[in-house]
Amino acid sequence: MQIEASLWNASWATDGGRMQISLSYAPFEARYRGFDVARCSVDKSSDMNQFSSSGSVLKQGGGEEFSEELLLKPFPDRKVLAHFHFQSRAPHSSSHGRHHHLFPKAIAQLVKKFRVKEMELSFTQGRWRYEQWGGFDPLSSNNAKPPGVELWAVFDVPQSLVDVYWRNLTHTLSGLFCASINFLESSTTYSAPELTFKPSFGNLRYGTLPREAVCTENLTPWLKLLPCRDKAGLSALMDRPSIYRGFYHSQRLRLTSSESGSDEVDSGIGLEQTLTVVLQPSSWRTGKTYSVETNIQPSWSISSIFGRNIPGKCVIAKSSNVYLHLDNGLVGELKNLERENAKYVANTFESEGFQSNHAFKISVTPDKVFEEVDYLHGKSTSVIYGFSVEKYSDSQPFDLGLTWKIPVVWSCQQAPLHASRFLMGSGNERGAIAISLESTESSEGLPTSHIIDGRCELRVDIFQVVPWYIKVYFHTLQVFVDKQPRAMADVVDKIRVSPSKDKVSPGVMEMILKLPCGSKSAAFSLEFDKGFLHIDEYPPDANQGFDIPSALISFPSFNARMNFSEDEFLNNSPILSKFQETSPVLSYTEVLLIPLTTPDFSMPYNVITITCTVFALYFGSLLNVLRRRVDEEERILRSRAGRKAGWISQLLSRLSAKLRGRPQEQPTSSLPYSFISFRLVLKILLVASIAVTWQYYFG
Amino acid sequence: MAETEVSKKRKRPIVRLAVLLLSHSVLVSVICCTAGVFGLLLLPVLAKNTYISENALMPGSASSMLSNQEVSEANKLIKELNNLHSNPLGATTESHGIIAKYMSNLGAQVNNHKFHPQLNQFHPLHFFSGPDSGVMQENSTRSLYGINTVGIIRAPRGDGKEAIVLVTPYNAVKGGVRETLSLGIAYSVFSLLTRVTWLAKDIIWLVADSQYGEYAPVAAWLRDYHTPAFSNLDSLNTETCHVGNNNFESKISYGIRRSGTMAAALVLGVAYGNENEDTLGIYAEASNGQMPNLDLINIVHYLAVHRQGLRVKVEQFHWLLNSKWVKSLGEVFESLGKMVKTLNPDWKLGISAADYVEGAATLASSLYHQALGVPTGPHGAFRDYQVDAITLEFSLRISFDRLDRRNDFLLHGGRLIEGVIRSVNNLLEKFHQSFFLYLLTSPSKFVSVGVYMIAFALLVAPLPVVAASLYAKTLDLNPTSEKDKSATSNELGSVLQSWKWLNSVKTVFVVHFWGATVSLLPYFISQIPDSDPTTNFSVWILLSILSLEILRWILVSPSSHIYGLPQGEWAILKSATISSFFIGLGLMSVINFATAEIGALLMVPMALMAHPLKLDVRGQSLRSILRMICNLVLGVISFPPATFFVFKGVIEGFSGIKAGDFWNWVESLWAWNSATYLYIAARS
Repeated sequence: MQIEASLWNASWATDGGRMQISLSYAPFEARYRGFDVARCSVDKSSDMNQFSSSGSVLKQGGGEEFSEELLLKPFPDRKVLAHFHFQSRAPHSSSHGRHHHLFPKAIAQLVKKFRVKEMELSFTQGRWRYEQWGGFDPLSSNNAKPPGVELWAVFDVPQSLVDVYWRNLTHTLSGLFCASINFLESSTTYSAPELTFKPSFGNLRYGTLPREAVCTENLTPWLKLLPCRDKAGLSALMDRPSIYRGFYHSQRLRLTSSESGSDEVDSGIGLEQTLTVVLQPSSWRTGKTYSVETNIQPSWSISSIFGRNIPGKCVIAKSSNVYLHLDNGLVGELKNLERENAKYVANTFESEGFQSNHAFKISVTPDKVFEEVDYLHGKSTSVIYGFSVEKYSDSQPFDLGLTWKIPVVWSCQQAPLHASRFLMGSGNERGAIAISLESTESSEGLPTSHIIDGRCELRVDIFQVVPWYIKVYFHTLQVFVDKQPRAMADVVDKIRVSPSKDKVSPGVMEMILKLPCGSKSAAFSLEFDKGFLHIDEYPPDANQGFDIPSALISFPSFNARMNFSEDEFLNNSPILSKFQETSPVLSYTEVLLIPLTTPDFSMPYNVITITCTVFALYFGSLLNVLRRRVDEEERILRSRAGRKAGWISQLLSRLSAKLRGRPQEQPTSSLPYSFISFRLVLKILLVASIAVTWQYYFG
Repeated sequence: MAETEVSKKRKRPIVRLAVLLLSHSVLVSVICCTAGVFGLLLLPVLAKNTYISENALMPGSASSMLSNQEVSEANKLIKELNNLHSNPLGATTESHGIIAKYMSNLGAQVNNHKFHPQLNQFHPLHFFSGPDSGVMQENSTRSLYGINTVGIIRAPRGDGKEAIVLVTPYNAVKGGVRETLSLGIAYSVFSLLTRVTWLAKDIIWLVADSQYGEYAPVAAWLRDYHTPAFSNLDSLNTETCHVGNNNFESKISYGIRRSGTMAAALVLGVAYGNENEDTLGIYAEASNGQMPNLDLINIVHYLAVHRQGLRVKVEQFHWLLNSKWVKSLGEVFESLGKMVKTLNPDWKLGISAADYVEGAATLASSLYHQALGVPTGPHGAFRDYQVDAITLEFSLRISFDRLDRRNDFLLHGGRLIEGVIRSVNNLLEKFHQSFFLYLLTSPSKFVSVGVYMIAFALLVAPLPVVAASLYAKTLDLNPTSEKDKSATSNELGSVLQSWKWLNSVKTVFVVHFWGATVSLLPYFISQIPDSDPTTNFSVWILLSILSLEILRWILVSPSSHIYGLPQGEWAILKSATISSFFIGLGLMSVINFATAEIGALLMVPMALMAHPLKLDVRGQSLRSILRMICNLVLGVISFPPATFFVFKGVIEGFSGIKAGDFWNWVESLWAWNSATYLYIAARS
């Protein structure tokens, strides 16, 4: 360990060159005062030279660990889901010092500085299609996010300070991820949900930016947080053109920290980075396979989807696994098919894990097969094949392929109710927001029997934020269950409304609903007036309209979790242990676009011009009237006429009198009225002709 | 009026100008009227070339991706649908099923939309047959329904906030090759759009069941899209009575699926053309004379002409094309333009006579359709929801039996639609850049609001002048007569004198009231069951005369002493009528310019010329006889068009679908009636 000091004579060090160092005084003597040395704690069992040239990673220093995983899943609509999951974990800084080997320093500082207890940030492009891609499994509940940016954070500070910390956090994140998250600083954009979102004690803030465009410039800083970036390991698959060509793209970052450190097991900071993309296997795009008759799924492989292979694991990752997930709908369908074709019975599911059965073929033999265990009812359960990437390298890259042999049609498991939200009404004055919930087919078989007070009820939570310029009248909430209007008290168990304040805070509505079990549909409508914005609140150009962020619909009585039988491996796999966590089924609704009255900004100009003209005319004539004394001019004229004057001046005065249209007190000027007007017409004609010639020659 | 009271010695120039105008009101009105009419005739000459104003649209900048592959797919659909028509039994449900199957095979979300045709619905394109269809539907039961099929493509990476709508009217029962062809075009585009990656807005394809007219299904779908009924009372989309023949059909939901706010809508149609070339007709007029943004027409025109080689036409009055006087007028303008060009080569007023005739015919039809306020196609329904929409009607020179010809047509049509959708897709904001108020003189030429308002302003300018001068004259006239009677005119008398115009305003108001009643009558008459239009019409005339007599008896008789001294009174009456007429026209020009323009053309000369017949008869001079003849001729000329319009008004009243239009009509009728009443009052 050594300390070095150096003398600087640059302009920044010398106050702009005013305090130059005079080298004639050399040699110099330096003294360190108040010097506090903070050291890194070193794990005694390993030396500092961890990343030796041997390539094998020793036990991570300071208890930090990193793991990378990729989950692939075929979807019924011929698309493939790729879900990257990277997890880093750092122990608490108080016990292990501030130095990090693997864990991104920026995040650790952020957690420490803003006392973030829990935070989630997601960048999403495209919509998650709940109907085709399912909405019940933990994957979709956790990773389906609304378009744009969504950020929520829980702070470990007193309630009065939460807003300040939130503001600082948004600015930091905005710089960190090259996104306009700093717009979430304004109090009109974030809200503090209490009932529905997550159990919190007033120190949770939630904000969304539906219009944020997501691009590689957001992905690059996100990748920087990974120890291997996208140079090695699973993240090397992230070929920008192919992952941005997808139908859904969501990168997510989730932080959990337990600063209190009371429980020693989970103390420290956990960083979970996921990238969820839904891609179209390219064979489908080019070929003529979309011809309707053959419903065979497209065959794909990692290299055909991403255009790259996995060149082995990221060397410092604790684990590096690829999973192939077949959801329960597909597995059930496959089992049915198997039952029909008795000759394939030998190829049993349990023994072979049917990776080369009659329906499809997996190009790589899985290392592990996990089967979901459903204790409640003996329905078909999903299967996950695990592949370890450890043994692959650059020379022998990992390339998983799935080849379909026969057409299989299945559907993903849906959330109990399918939520959609839309606008009603037309015109620029008012409208209504409607949220409609419709029961999905799959929900009928679900354990809906949550008997509460002898009644079977389905609990649905709705969390809706409305910007202040949409003036929602919460008293107009209408509830329809099974197309019958219902009293609010029958359905709504709890409601928390904080009305919007103009330019201060958005309107927030949280509802906890208790729907009768058998109900097929429910609908809610809220009327609103469209507000007028101040002139500087409009975007500078003519705009598309304004967005209402997605509503969050959650079903707390359903748990999106999977149960697996084997446990010893699962603990090593963050993604699978994540699947086993209990979390409510969530779904987001669409973002709505509200066209507000858009002023045409050429109009103020016109208005100003017209107003000025009118004012000039009005005040001009008014001033004229006030200023002029009655008979003054005539008196002057008369006196002038009385004076003897030269012939020319007399003529001039007569001319001027004529020009003014006032007959002189002389016999010659007592012309008929029409004569004067004839002169006037002549004059106008003269001016017009001058104008025309001017136009002709110079125009 | 107030100006005249100021002593003549000291007047501001502006006042003197006003006095000058008033004193020469006849000359001014003649000059202004001629100038107004002349300005209107000059509009085709003044028309500017259209240009694409919004840069983001970038029409035709991307090469078309539609290939023969999509066309052959579309041909498959067409063949299947045409086979259905050979056996008409059950064709309705099956054709919906087939369309829905094709849509969902493409990966689109499909739903059916069931609607009851509105009772007071009318056929927008041939509305003269309106009353019959109205009666027919009144008797029909509620079991009548149509089924729209709606397919939605979700934009792969879009957020689904906006959508572009593609509408193809399709009559499953009587639909011929024409309609299946328009389906084919839409299908080829649709199948392409399911696979492209550049889509930012959702695409909605609405196959509108046009067996109850083309307007009704689109309007019904739009209504349900925007204002759904949650309660059970009239929900028909969830009825489960409809059982599909095959498995597939039962899967299609009847609940309406939604996408975001609509950005633009295109309605496709195919017609048998009798021209030498493939043409594309653009219909843009929506209800109440509202037009879509000019940029939408511009894109279509640009792509059709410069990319697909189609000839674009907008509606014209064909009788105007052959009329002699328009041609000669065109020649006059042509020579004038040449003359102007010799003066200054920069002035591009020159327009050839043929162009002028074309422009005039188009302008006339454009004016007429805007004035009528009846949409020229299903696109009118979109305008009610502030969505820019146009109808595109392809017409082909030969029949579609030859396959290669048909493929060629599908390819061109599809590429055009693809290009338009791509342009609109590029648009980040609403259509706002180009004009909303314009008249078309050809598909590529337009007259903007700033130009055509001048002609209108000139036309109506004499009205206030004449009204003021009439009023001033009576004021000048009256004090002399007062002086003869009593030298000392007390205060009260003069006050009464100055408030005398109230009487005439009251008369005018009564007449307007009568006009309102008359125009409201058709609604009540239409309530009478089992009546044909002729009896309705005669009942209407009878009732209106009756009500006129009653009103006269009640209101006019107490103040009948007005007619005792017709010298000044008729002038005040006329000035009141003219000023109210002027206000009405001014307001109308803001609401619907074309109606106001046509109204002004008809009324202004009549209102200005109106003069009591009795006086003319008494006068016996050549001038007054001439004037009388003029009056009578004008009255008779104005009358038949009036009945013509009134008849249309009646039809609209029966159909009752366009309340706004109806009121517009009422308004112009009021003005008209007041003028006639002047006649009637003068004659009595």
